[in-house]
Amino acid sequence: MPARILRSRLLWIGIGLVVLAALLPFWLSAYLLGILTAAYYFGVFAMAWDLLFGFAGEVNFGPTFLIGLGAYTGAILDNQWGPPIPVCILAGAAVAVLGGLLLALPALRLRGPYFGLVTLVAVLLLQNAIVIFAGVTGGEIGMTVPDVLSIDATVNYWYALAFLAVCAVILFGLSRSAIGLILQASGQDAVEAQALGFNVTKHKLAAFCISALFSGLAGAMLVFYEGAASVDTVIDISIGVQVIIAAVLGGRRTILGAVLGAIFLILATEFLRPLGQLNTFVVAAVALAVILFWPDGLLGYVLRRGERE
Amino acid sequence: MSGEPRLQVRGLVKRFGGLVAVNGIDLDIRPGEILGLIGPNGSGKSTVMKLIMGIERPDAGAVRLDGVDLAGRPPHRIARSGIGIVFQHSRPLHRQTVLENIKLALLPDSLLRLAAAPGVDERARAIAERVGLGAVMHRHPSTLPFADLRRMEMAKAIARDPRVVLVDEPFAGLTGGEVAAFSELIRGFRAEGRAVLLVDHNVKSVAALVDRVLAMYLGERIAEGTADEVMRDETVRRVYLGGKIEAVAQRAAAAASAPLLELDEVSVLYGKAQALDKVSLRVHEGEFVSIVGLNGAGKTTLFNAVSGLVPHNGAIRYAGKSLAGMTAGAIARAGIAQCPETRELFGDMSVRENLDLGGQHLPRQSRARQLDWLLELFPILKERASQMARTLSGGEQQMLAIARALMMQPKLLILDEPTLGLAPVILELLSKALERLRQSTDITVLLGEQNVTFALPHADRVYLLEHARMLWEGPPARFAEEMGTGYL
Repeated sequence: MPARILRSRLLWIGIGLVVLAALLPFWLSAYLLGILTAAYYFGVFAMAWDLLFGFAGEVNFGPTFLIGLGAYTGAILDNQWGPPIPVCILAGAAVAVLGGLLLALPALRLRGPYFGLVTLVAVLLLQNAIVIFAGVTGGEIGMTVPDVLSIDATVNYWYALAFLAVCAVILFGLSRSAIGLILQASGQDAVEAQALGFNVTKHKLAAFCISALFSGLAGAMLVFYEGAASVDTVIDISIGVQVIIAAVLGGRRTILGAVLGAIFLILATEFLRPLGQLNTFVVAAVALAVILFWPDGLLGYVLRRGERE
Repeated sequence: MSGEPRLQVRGLVKRFGGLVAVNGIDLDIRPGEILGLIGPNGSGKSTVMKLIMGIERPDAGAVRLDGVDLAGRPPHRIARSGIGIVFQHSRPLHRQTVLENIKLALLPDSLLRLAAAPGVDERARAIAERVGLGAVMHRHPSTLPFADLRRMEMAKAIARDPRVVLVDEPFAGLTGGEVAAFSELIRGFRAEGRAVLLVDHNVKSVAALVDRVLAMYLGERIAEGTADEVMRDETVRRVYLGGKIEAVAQRAAAAASAPLLELDEVSVLYGKAQALDKVSLRVHEGEFVSIVGLNGAGKTTLFNAVSGLVPHNGAIRYAGKSLAGMTAGAIARAGIAQCPETRELFGDMSVRENLDLGGQHLPRQSRARQLDWLLELFPILKERASQMARTLSGGEQQMLAIARALMMQPKLLILDEPTLGLAPVILELLSKALERLRQSTDITVLLGEQNVTFALPHADRVYLLEHARMLWEGPPARFAEEMGTGYL
């Protein structure tokens, strides 16, 4: 039973890492904790994206469409009516799923690169809508929210870590379940998956909804951590590109690799900040090198070596 | 062998644009019967299989499974109704073991069942044992030999417990012993009362297994009966061989000159399938050499190896120099022009633009001269000069493809199956054009064909390729005597 041993080993490594991460506030400065907090939310974005790309085989060029829907729904709700934060966050997730469904239903009928193009256009549409309805959304400047999760950096950090851990368990479990198997088959050879009796469209749609759910949740959480929502932080295409790079960097089809990729990417950007303009350039170059030379990503590379042995 | 047919296909029609790929096909398969569906490339047999499975939607006709019409339903519904397919090529799940790949086929089409039902593991193991994967079920597909990958595909089909099994080219790429094992598995389907459809290029490979054979050509049924009857059928023989084999006396001078192209023990592997096995070949300057062989024998692979499109072992020398390490583009510039069987025309460009592209690298004057000469060689292209390539008939497209290759002023012209899907009348036109080409230039030609009557008259020498190996070499006159009867 090598699979079971691996799984239990993975479980212990996971628990160990979470405990270790939970103890970090006793060593790290509030500044570093803040960066890690953002990185954890980013990790959820990247995991949700990997479920769609790595498993269902659909490239979603617009992860920020789903993230942005969740973030702005939560922010607007809080500003207009001010219900408790959990309600705002859940509403954000619900709207992200709904928006994702409306987008994916027609888009999944398209073949080839068109699905990706539709998702890209969706981001631009959302961005424009936010600018146009500036009265409610704050437009290009963005909007602040009256409530935040906590004003204490350590508490915020623990919230993010717990959220990340729960999402990781659910998404990873899903990827290893029967549905994960069917999704992988649909992504790799849709014709054969159909000939085996699987409704490929139904499964891909479900994957899109799950991806939307976690993206929306994380987007809304991020807003209530930062206390503000703006196009530059949750919707801009460049944010979407970072999510994609994080997932590919960490390892396609691994789910957990996406977290590593996200943390690496955010930390690298932060530590290279003294380089000024060069900062983004260096990070992009590293990402490019990894994609070119280790297309399976960091975790994917390790797993593949394990497979061969 | 009596009772109601399990699978009943009536009046099946499929059009792709202007092309009628399948035209009114009827077929019946009873429970416990194996039907062979054969036809050369482009005959529409694979399309029939896809129409039955629902991968393509039929334009007309019925596909009845035990009386229920399934035509036009999506493939997953058809699969759930009881039709299964064994694909020739598939992409297995590489991160999962063989056993998990088989389990996949046992899962329900449900979003709510997160874990496999109890008993699935046991069934998957039993199926793995049955198809001969017992020893390797915990390995990953990428570590398996080709035959085992095909066994896994077979296992997935068995797992679905279908009433009708469609098998695409059951024996392609397998060795003799493996063929016997797979035949036994397919006989097992028959013994269990499943209806089996085997789709293959020729009767020979499935003759020992099938109860009946249906032969197709250009989308229509041309013969039906036992394997023997179909093999003896006049129309079938004409389609595969082109009728009576005639060899014309050829100029003998060519053989004396230096070899322009030399292949020494060239082998090609596609993944794990042996597509070419130590093939040697010589083509002298000015010579016309034909390689005959049925579809799947390895002709296209051979040409692609020469053109630098697939990696190979062994030596390929052109004009005395090794082609190893040269890119496909460099090989083409050195004077080898390949005219692929798929023609690869630019469909949305005019005939003239296609030709101009072929002669892109020539200086303006010689390009014009070459164009004039080609339009003389293929007068029909002059009439069609401003028409879009896509709108040409099959024969005209083939002539355009040859003309475009000739625009490059090659020293060696490789023609891969130019007769593919062409009606007999067109073949004659094409044959005459080739004859004129031979008379008006000293170009060297390497022709790959399954239609022997088309391949022989022009040839100085003939090679016979079968199952990735060169079986025979000699002048065309002796081919008819020595190989003519055993070819089909």
